[in-house]
Amino acid sequence: MTGEQCSLFESGHRACGGCAAALAARTILDAAGRDTIVVSATGCMEVFSTPYPETAWNVPWIHSLFENNSAVASGISAALKKQGRKEKVIAIGGDGASFDIGMLCLSGAFERGHDFVYICYDNEAYMNTGIQRSGATPYDASTTTSPAGKCSTGNPRPKKDLPAILAAHGAPYVATATVAYLPDLKKKIRKALDTEGPCYVQVHAPCCTGWGFESEKTIAIARLAVETGLFVSYEMENGQVTRVKKVVRKPVEEYLKEQRRFRHLFRPQRNDAEIAKIQAIADRNAEKFAIDIVLKK
Amino acid sequence: MALGLGCSSRPGTSRANRTGSWRTFRPVFLHDKCTKCGLCVSVCPEGCVVADSEGIPEPDYDYCKGCGLCAEECPAGAIEMQKEEK
Ligand SMILES: Cc1ncc(C[n+]2csc(CCOP(=O)(O)OP(=O)(O)O)c2C)c(N)n1
Ligand code: SF4
Ligand code: SF4
Ligand code: SF4
Ligand SMILES: [Mg+2]
Repeated sequence: MTGEQCSLFESGHRACGGCAAALAARTILDAAGRDTIVVSATGCMEVFSTPYPETAWNVPWIHSLFENNSAVASGISAALKKQGRKEKVIAIGGDGASFDIGMLCLSGAFERGHDFVYICYDNEAYMNTGIQRSGATPYDASTTTSPAGKCSTGNPRPKKDLPAILAAHGAPYVATATVAYLPDLKKKIRKALDTEGPCYVQVHAPCCTGWGFESEKTIAIARLAVETGLFVSYEMENGQVTRVKKVVRKPVEEYLKEQRRFRHLFRPQRNDAEIAKIQAIADRNAEKFAIDIVLKK
Repeated sequence: MALGLGCSSRPGTSRANRTGSWRTFRPVFLHDKCTKCGLCVSVCPEGCVVADSEGIPEPDYDYCKGCGLCAEECPAGAIEMQKEEK
């Protein structure tokens, strides 16, 4: 049954206050319902939900490793199919788990076409081990392995386009979503679960601890990512973009200046050249996905 | 043959961990301002805000970490964060 309040992901977990990954976990289970088997990679969500012998999960849940998350999900999905069972299989991983370490098995599972949903909660770095950069870290974000300083303006590489990579595997449904719009997130999880074959949902999940903002701002920051065009919320069906959230765009600095990881772009003095490069990333997103709402004069 | 590897936990046992002790600020719900929109119930990362049969929300202070998200997002300004007295 769906719509059960809070009960499938219990209170008492050890996520930081205001953690978007925790909010995502309970929202995902709310959408998926009881007949779901969850496979988790290593990372914050696994660690904060399940400090042995306790667990916050009220559905069958398994943690194995980083590398084999999608392989475990593949095996469960194949076994359920053989037994004629109808439970849904969800594999969840952070961005490090999904974009980098588990990529091989993720690609394999999508290529083989298993019926499961892979969800990446994207907090844009390896948070559980102390904010190291990943393939999902945005350009210029300061992390412990891409520290901003005299010789660097932070992470030198753009974010990897994992949704496009998985769509290129022939995935029937690929979507991006965010904790800023929870009903939309639920709808996308439901759609992914109801679509046969390997589906992917990437959930933008701001991390107050790693990004450097106050815990009450998690949703406001997530909303600004969408409103500036730095995060685009969309759906792809059979490789085609079919739905996009349109916005009246704000300048990127409204998003950047709220976060410690971008502080070096404003202090000790404003770095207009770098801010312009980030604005160009948002402008390219806006053009590629046609997100701009043009207001009539 | 069963392989006895790994370890298992009973579902939902995290409830043993009362995260309310983490709080430095306490959300106080002002029912006279509340429009019963339900937003605070859905945004709480702890899942510890529950609406009663009339739709009036109340947090479970045994688990509320005092993150302030509910107060920040409440469209009616019906949640006030107050310094915790211990
Ligand atoms: C193979 C392997 N490498 C490294 C680690 C250490 N490790 C544990 S959690 C973690 C961070 C995971 O990052 P991500 O997947 O983005 O999840 P997050 O913690 O950010 O939610 C790392 C590197 C590990 N457990 N196993
Ligand atoms: S470090 Fe970030 S992702 Fe990890 S529990 Fe804290 S807020 Fe959540
Ligand atoms: S968000 Fe505010 S107005 Fe809405 S139900 Fe909660 S307290 Fe009431
Ligand atoms: S302060 Fe945070 S943890 Fe407490 S009820 Fe509000 S959203 Fe939930
Ligand atoms: Mg991460």
